[in-house]
Amino acid sequence: MGQWVSITVNGKNYTREVEPRTLLASFLREDLGLTGTNIGCDSSQCGACTIHMDGMAVKSCTVLAVQAHGTVITTIEGMAVNGKLHPVQQAFWDQHGLQCGFCTPGMIMSISYMLAQHPNASELEIRHQLEGNICRCTGYQNIVKAAMQARDELHHEHHQHMQEQH
Amino acid sequence: MYPAPFEYYRAETAQEATELLSKHVGAKILAGGHSLVPAMKYRVAAPSALVDIGRLNLNYITAAEGVLKIGALSTHATVASSDVVKHNCAIIAQGAAGIGDQMVRNRGTIGGSLAHSDPQADYPTLVTCVGATIKTSSGKSYNADTFFKDMLTTALEENDIITEITMPVYGSGTGGFYYKIPHPASGYAVAGAAALVTVEAGICKRVSLVVGGATVNPVRAVEAEAYLVGKAPTSENIKAAAAMVAQVIKNPMGDGYASGAYRTHLAGVASERTLVEAVHRAA
Repeated sequence: MGQWVSITVNGKNYTREVEPRTLLASFLREDLGLTGTNIGCDSSQCGACTIHMDGMAVKSCTVLAVQAHGTVITTIEGMAVNGKLHPVQQAFWDQHGLQCGFCTPGMIMSISYMLAQHPNASELEIRHQLEGNICRCTGYQNIVKAAMQARDELHHEHHQHMQEQH
Repeated sequence: MYPAPFEYYRAETAQEATELLSKHVGAKILAGGHSLVPAMKYRVAAPSALVDIGRLNLNYITAAEGVLKIGALSTHATVASSDVVKHNCAIIAQGAAGIGDQMVRNRGTIGGSLAHSDPQADYPTLVTCVGATIKTSSGKSYNADTFFKDMLTTALEENDIITEITMPVYGSGTGGFYYKIPHPASGYAVAGAAALVTVEAGICKRVSLVVGGATVNPVRAVEAEAYLVGKAPTSENIKAAAAMVAQVIKNPMGDGYASGAYRTHLAGVASERTLVEAVHRAA
């Protein structure tokens, strides 16, 4: 009946027995207590459940926990390092990129992945790539501003890092 | 929302997957799960068992001797960003880039999309347009033109697994484009049209035009294709060809958002726009 899965989440390995129909979003929330990953529409539309699985942004409400066996996952709880917010998180704070906050974890996971793929994304590209994340408060203006701040900040960090290496 | 309970088996090889499928009657194949898992959550599907083929070695893209080969487990994101696809059959990369959203593209697979054969999906229209061949684990080959049989139904036999999609490559002189008019909420194609046009000395030598979204399976706009061949790809000729697309749309689907008549109209609109862009890319 149960199926054993071994999944690394935010740097820590978890081995658990799950029912095969357990969704990855539920596994994270209910088995591991990582409730930052939200379930909004539960039908792969809204993106509130977005996480990184082996470095790829995915909608965890549409992945079975058994499919994630052996993968490395980052959730919103794993984004800050030693109490320092990830640049995308900081940008949401600075730009007030949230209203009710429910979509925010998914937005941050989606944008951080997008900026890793497209470091020079234009505002238009950011808007386009965000089509899989819905903000029911319709607070998109500040979300896009936050994404642009994060893009510029990540560039800045990258250049500093390169300079330090030289 | 939870799917109904099921047994889960993870296959490491295609042979093992076939054995598991024949042993467990009623089992379904799980690849990326982005059609099947939502269907199971809605309880539209409730298979007794899943055979997970996600770890099979079917994630590759190669091109040689005029043939592009895409492993069935290639995700939409992989296909969309592949230089090999862009150089050899660009319309497939361009179409894949518009499927779902970035998260969906990271999980959904070409084989899964073709096996599921959603009437509003993009890949069935695309592979039919380029004249792809769909290959399976039992050694069968299907022409895309005859693969899609009915609503969510293909020629695929029970327990057979799509392993590879092959398609002829095209180069300069031929242009391809896929244009879809998406549903504003779901993003699925209310109507979508894929065109490949070869232009030589200002004349259309070969035209492939396929429309999806309006009917349960993609249809080839044969009259429009025949009309354009031998003619210059002027805006008047393209408009006249697009006006013939409605002739091939039999029993269009309708719902609260888009009636059958409206979808038929949109199929013509999408066809005209996609032909214009395909001709532009042929230059």
